[in-house]
Amino acid sequence: MESHPYTKPRGVGPVTTELTPGAEPTAAQPPIEPGGRDGAAIRIQNLARHYKMGSATIRAVDGISLEVHSGDFVAVLGASGSGKSSLLNLLAGLDHPTSGSVFVLGRELGAMTPIELSRHRNGTIGMVFQSFNLLPRMTVMENVELPLRIAEVPRAERPQRVREALERVGLAARLTHRPGELSGGEQQRVAIARALVNRPRILLADEPTGNLDSATGEEILRLISSINKPVASAAPGVPGVNVAAAHATTATTVVMVTHERALAERYANRIVTMADGRIARQERTANPAPTAEAIAEKGVPS
Amino acid sequence: MKFRDLSELAGRNLREAVLRNTLTTLGIAVGVASLVAMLSLGVGLQELVGRRLERSGLFDSVLVRPRTGFGNQGQPRMLGSGGGPGPGGAPIAATPRPLDEAARLQLAHLPNVVEVYPEFRFTGDLRLGPGGHLAQIASLPASASGNDAFESMKGHFFSSPTAREIILQLDLAQELAALQQLPPADLIGKEVVVRYAGRQPLEPETSDPAARDTAARDTSNGRRPNQELASPEDAALGFSIVSSQVPLHVVGIVDAEAVTSGGGGFGRAGAYVPVAVAQQLAVVQGNDMSEIVRDSTTGSRAEHYANLTVRVNHPSGIPALEAAVKDMGYTAFSLQDVTRSLTRVFAILDLLLGIFGSLALAVASLGIINTLVMAILERRREIGVLKALGASNGDIRQLFFTEAGVMGLAGGVAGVALGWGIGRVIQLATTIYLRRQAIPAENIWSVPWWLVAGAIGFSVVVSLVAGMYPATRAAQLDPVEALRYE
Ligand SMILES: Nc1ncnc2c1ncn2[C@@H]1O[C@H](COP(=O)(O)OP(=O)(O)OP(=O)(O)O)[C@@H](O)[C@H]1O
Ligand SMILES: [Mg+2]
Repeated sequence: MESHPYTKPRGVGPVTTELTPGAEPTAAQPPIEPGGRDGAAIRIQNLARHYKMGSATIRAVDGISLEVHSGDFVAVLGASGSGKSSLLNLLAGLDHPTSGSVFVLGRELGAMTPIELSRHRNGTIGMVFQSFNLLPRMTVMENVELPLRIAEVPRAERPQRVREALERVGLAARLTHRPGELSGGEQQRVAIARALVNRPRILLADEPTGNLDSATGEEILRLISSINKPVASAAPGVPGVNVAAAHATTATTVVMVTHERALAERYANRIVTMADGRIARQERTANPAPTAEAIAEKGVPS
Repeated sequence: MKFRDLSELAGRNLREAVLRNTLTTLGIAVGVASLVAMLSLGVGLQELVGRRLERSGLFDSVLVRPRTGFGNQGQPRMLGSGGGPGPGGAPIAATPRPLDEAARLQLAHLPNVVEVYPEFRFTGDLRLGPGGHLAQIASLPASASGNDAFESMKGHFFSSPTAREIILQLDLAQELAALQQLPPADLIGKEVVVRYAGRQPLEPETSDPAARDTAARDTSNGRRPNQELASPEDAALGFSIVSSQVPLHVVGIVDAEAVTSGGGGFGRAGAYVPVAVAQQLAVVQGNDMSEIVRDSTTGSRAEHYANLTVRVNHPSGIPALEAAVKDMGYTAFSLQDVTRSLTRVFAILDLLLGIFGSLALAVASLGIINTLVMAILERRREIGVLKALGASNGDIRQLFFTEAGVMGLAGGVAGVALGWGIGRVIQLATTIYLRRQAIPAENIWSVPWWLVAGAIGFSVVVSLVAGMYPATRAAQLDPVEALRYE
């Protein structure tokens, strides 16, 4: 699998702090505070999602409080059935909590009307799934266009937006192919392009590498990482990084569910481990957390 | 989502299950076709009957008679019991206005009036060679040539409104021909002599100018009075009754159940002559006698019509005409009441045909529900993906609605075409059948534009209603369930 030009290959091993060229080196890595702070992209409070199965109650999510800062790359680990997907669906507004609340960019999902929730999914959130979930009869271009159709983006703007998104994942040459004609990794890249085409602030990925071999998975993670910190990770002087990179300068907060701890450690700056619907452990990796300056520079979502 | 995007997605989805959606659409098309076929038949039959009635001359005419205090003279011959504005206790003393030439002119100048003609009906003795035959003779206006009865006649209609010609009813022709041992058709072109009771005006100094004119005409027309019933009483009558005769050319033989000769009559006579000829003959009419009695009280004496038939250009002009006629002091009668109930009968017929036609469409709408519910099951994941990408419940509902609507539209258009085709086949079959029965072909089939538009619109509406349940179900699909990885 060739590596595409928009992600800088990152070496395995000790992670060095990479900063935006203009950022001050001394401002690196402020401590993550547990309390609220400006720049909180997602704030979860006592979130619970219980399923009633007859007399039994399945506590898929059972009292989670968590804060995700703008520009964070959070990896969610946990055993199968620990409630990772349930949590992600609650963040996406696809599912409604039994109790507790989710604030995304300062707005509580529970207070939103169904229409506002669908706008939230369409514009604020980008979703990537383990099984890609591309529509098989549509071409790559049409799949990526779907969120633009739903957002009622004017027709004239759409081809350019679609091309930009596909350029960002390195698939601009496969516009008229159908998902079945692509490899798994390429399909996942199309899915990521589709998730990015409406320029969301938050990318939710549920085991995006679960169906891929490790090399391809690594490649997808490098891509997601480049979306998380576009300027920092885009190698200076790489040809072709122009329009796409310009659009990518805003940091995208990433919450990614994965089974692979190694990948999480290599790309995420925070790891949340779940067990039985609760957070069992929170840790920071050696990867750089978003700096206040970096956030300020890249524009904090209001 | 914008309508254009919705319809693009809907079209794509419909193409993805081409066979199933085509079959469903075909089901709708058959339903629409049956509806169109049924209603076209109803409309066609209605138009056919309407055409026939219009040509019969019964529904665009008003029968005008003088008001009279004598018995039920004012009653029309057909349907005499109900509709005629009878005398109903009108005092005899109020002298009714006679139907004279002035009245005829006045009637002819009323708006929308096409024709005003009297009907003459008398008994005559038709002679061909030695044999003779008594028959009832009726007068016919030129417009009667459009009558159905003359469509299939042998020979031709009167060559002119004043031609001294006669058309024989088939049974009379057969009897006349039998006397000569000829086939009836050979009578055409022969001359028959008609003997009848005629009015002979008295001497100019005792008769009024109108009667004198009649006398002059009669002479020039070759009527030969051969027996005068001259008596002192004649002076009081203003004319004497004489046995008269006139030679007439047989131009046609007609086999008609009923011929409209005017005068409210819709019966048949043994033979027919043009109105103008009948008038020239100065036949003694039934009303002559009653008018004699009346005139003897008023002192006036003129040639009067027993009745006048006033034809308008369209049946819609009848009510106004009737009112005008009544204002003039005559009785007016038309068969509009009969058409009104006929219209009601056809409305009910159309309704029944429409209900039967709609049954097939109702079955087809079940096909739509079935197809779309199947589509929901198949497209669960797709619906989940669309919702995850931000499609609202409304978007999903509209998508399914659009699919139902497109199927309804396509089915409607195809159904109208199919129904039209079925109608053509029925029409063709009827034409062939009628030809076999030696009946002239009839157009029993009519697809008016409102039926085309209405059928397509109805099909779309029915499809949308059928799509309501699947669309709602699709919209309410839980995206989490739909997206769960299997
Ligand atoms: N719709 C549902 N009805 C009943 N139980 C459910 C439903 N969805 C999830 N669950 C249960 O909730 C628990 C958490 O499920 P979830 O899919 O979030 O786990 P997960 O961490 O994503 O697991 P995996 O790693 O296998 O994807 C499981 O026990 C699951 O069976
Ligand atoms: Mg899961």
